[in-house]
Amino acid sequence: MAETVLDIRTDYVAAMRQKRVLNMLLLIIFVALMVAGFATAGARNAGGFRDGWRNVLDFPGDVISEAISRAHLLPGYFVKYLPSLIETINIAAAATLLGAVLALFAALLATRGLAPMTWLVGPVRRVLDILRAVPEIVIALILIFLLGGGPVPAMIAICLHTIGALGKLFSEVNENASLKPVEGLASVGASWLQRMMLGVVPQVAPNYLSYALLRFEINIRASAILGFVGAGGIGYDLRNTMSWGQGKFDEAAAIFLLLFGAIVIVDQLSSYARNRLTHGKAYKDKGALL
Amino acid sequence: MTTATLTLQADRLIARKKLTALAAPALIAAYLIYVFFAFDVPGLRDRVSLDNMNTLLRDIYSYKTHVTQDNRNGEISIAIEGERKGAYPQGESPDWVTLGTASTVDLGEGHIVTLGDTVRYDIPGYGTITAVPGRTGVNAQLPSGAVPDWINASKNRMAITTDAGRVTITRNRTEIFRYFTGWELFFFTLDSKFHDLSLTQLIASGEYGAIWSDFWNNRMWRHADVAWALVETVLMAFLGTFGAAIIALPMGFLAARNFTPLGSLRFAARRIFDFLRGVDGLIWTIVLSRAFGPGPLTGSLAIMLTDTGTFGKIFSEALENVDDKQIEGLTSTGAKPLQRYRFGVIPQITPVLLSQVLYYLESNTRSATIIGAITGGGIGLLLTQAIITQKDWEEVTYYIVLIILMVMVMDSLSGWLRRRLITGSGGAD
Repeated sequence: MAETVLDIRTDYVAAMRQKRVLNMLLLIIFVALMVAGFATAGARNAGGFRDGWRNVLDFPGDVISEAISRAHLLPGYFVKYLPSLIETINIAAAATLLGAVLALFAALLATRGLAPMTWLVGPVRRVLDILRAVPEIVIALILIFLLGGGPVPAMIAICLHTIGALGKLFSEVNENASLKPVEGLASVGASWLQRMMLGVVPQVAPNYLSYALLRFEINIRASAILGFVGAGGIGYDLRNTMSWGQGKFDEAAAIFLLLFGAIVIVDQLSSYARNRLTHGKAYKDKGALL
Repeated sequence: MTTATLTLQADRLIARKKLTALAAPALIAAYLIYVFFAFDVPGLRDRVSLDNMNTLLRDIYSYKTHVTQDNRNGEISIAIEGERKGAYPQGESPDWVTLGTASTVDLGEGHIVTLGDTVRYDIPGYGTITAVPGRTGVNAQLPSGAVPDWINASKNRMAITTDAGRVTITRNRTEIFRYFTGWELFFFTLDSKFHDLSLTQLIASGEYGAIWSDFWNNRMWRHADVAWALVETVLMAFLGTFGAAIIALPMGFLAARNFTPLGSLRFAARRIFDFLRGVDGLIWTIVLSRAFGPGPLTGSLAIMLTDTGTFGKIFSEALENVDDKQIEGLTSTGAKPLQRYRFGVIPQITPVLLSQVLYYLESNTRSATIIGAITGGGIGLLLTQAIITQKDWEEVTYYIVLIILMVMVMDSLSGWLRRRLITGSGGAD
């Protein structure tokens, strides 16, 4: 008997040691990868890490000092760039709205058990995968070439990506939906569209909305970035004020502040709304609105 | 009485629901109509460039070879896509061009152009066009009859566009384009001796090292540079994501209510996370690129800063949801604080952390492409460069295909790792 316990103990210690060695090995590989990675990245960068580190505060310093020296002009700049900010938000909002509606149908087509045509499930999923994999900037740049600058290319680009991202999340939600209402509706002769709109969508709507709001937060950032490559909105103004340099940094500071404020406000509102959607009216989020 | 009030209540409720059910779509529709006009969608029809669309589509699946004659001295040069990198060596030509005193260019389907002092173009079903370009102009002679709209002729310039190709004659130059399906010189450029060989001939030749080197250093497609750019992009995502996770983990403890009783410290940590997230990757990218210049390091640091904020928030929330029982159990056996963290807390949060970090690794591959396009680095830079030239659409297509493949590979890699590390079993099966 004593021998067996000892055996178990030896086995256990051996297994633990093996596991520890394996973990150590993984850790060493990981650390080596990180170090080698940073060394490679530093070597291939235009400016080195050591010199750059000292300059990292120069640009923000310039912007802030110029903004402070002309602080009385800032409110005027806020008014001047507000339309661009609204355009950026509009791009994100329209793209999220259209994307969510299209993703709803795509998700219904991509969910086994709900899709009207089972052979379509696989292809629809592949299309969603591809839409998700293409970075917005790729589509936006090509559309700028075809349609000229402005908000429409950015909107289409973000919308396509949104369809891919939300379509996947929505179809995951659909998989958890109860099929009983759908069967009930089918038994009274409802069409596919009626079964989906009356049987599935009410069940999943809170989750859909919550995901769409989260996507809206992401899309505002994407829309600002696309503006930076020429698709209009506040990103475009930011690039102009920055690249003209000398004497425009106060306006750049105003744009930074506007963008920062918009992102923070939208994040907070949407996180409040999402909490209410998923936890009900009574839920009070302790951290979000501090 | 009660039934009547109930009915009344129910009616009112239904009326209200009906109103919201109709109002929500109406609001959405109103907003979309506003956006429709705010974005000037009706004016889009004037801005759409159909020419650009044609160039783009045609370039994606085909390429053209330029045969150019300098009309002043009769010299002929042949170059694929008109680029020096694709030029045929002097005196050599593809088999559809016969060089000689009167060089002929066979455009296929019976279209034949004869070069020389007099340029002749035989077009089946139309006739022969001759031109004697010189100081006095193009001096074109067309077959009798009305000039068709695919011929654009003036005194100093004539352009003929047929299904077989395109001929442009000016006083100084005669230029012929012939279109071919496919991507030009994708494997070997013309100066490689393997250019004309078929796959079986290549295998039979046995010079695999030389074949690889000619392919890898292809000057037209720069496969080596493209591979490096992809590596740089993945590197940015990898360093940014894991760097952020390493920084955010200790800070996450600071921001978690059950680990940091000191309210002010917690508040400070949380505001730092909010700031890092709120300032957004775009602004971090701009600020960092001013200090570090373009390159993968800038991208890595930008991703790292943004994601430190995101991870800090996620980690601190995960830490607040940690089950106290395991920690109590460890305390009862006399574990020291560090041991309590190591064996009581870390095993509980590892699955959440790993799955989030791996999820972001995939999403950051996409961000790294975008950041590369803004600051200049990785595949994003190559892509924007190719788009800016507005003619290398086959390269744009190539890069897009590579980007999609890269993201998909990272997606399945992160999914595989997630399953492997979290459930501890071989995931895919």
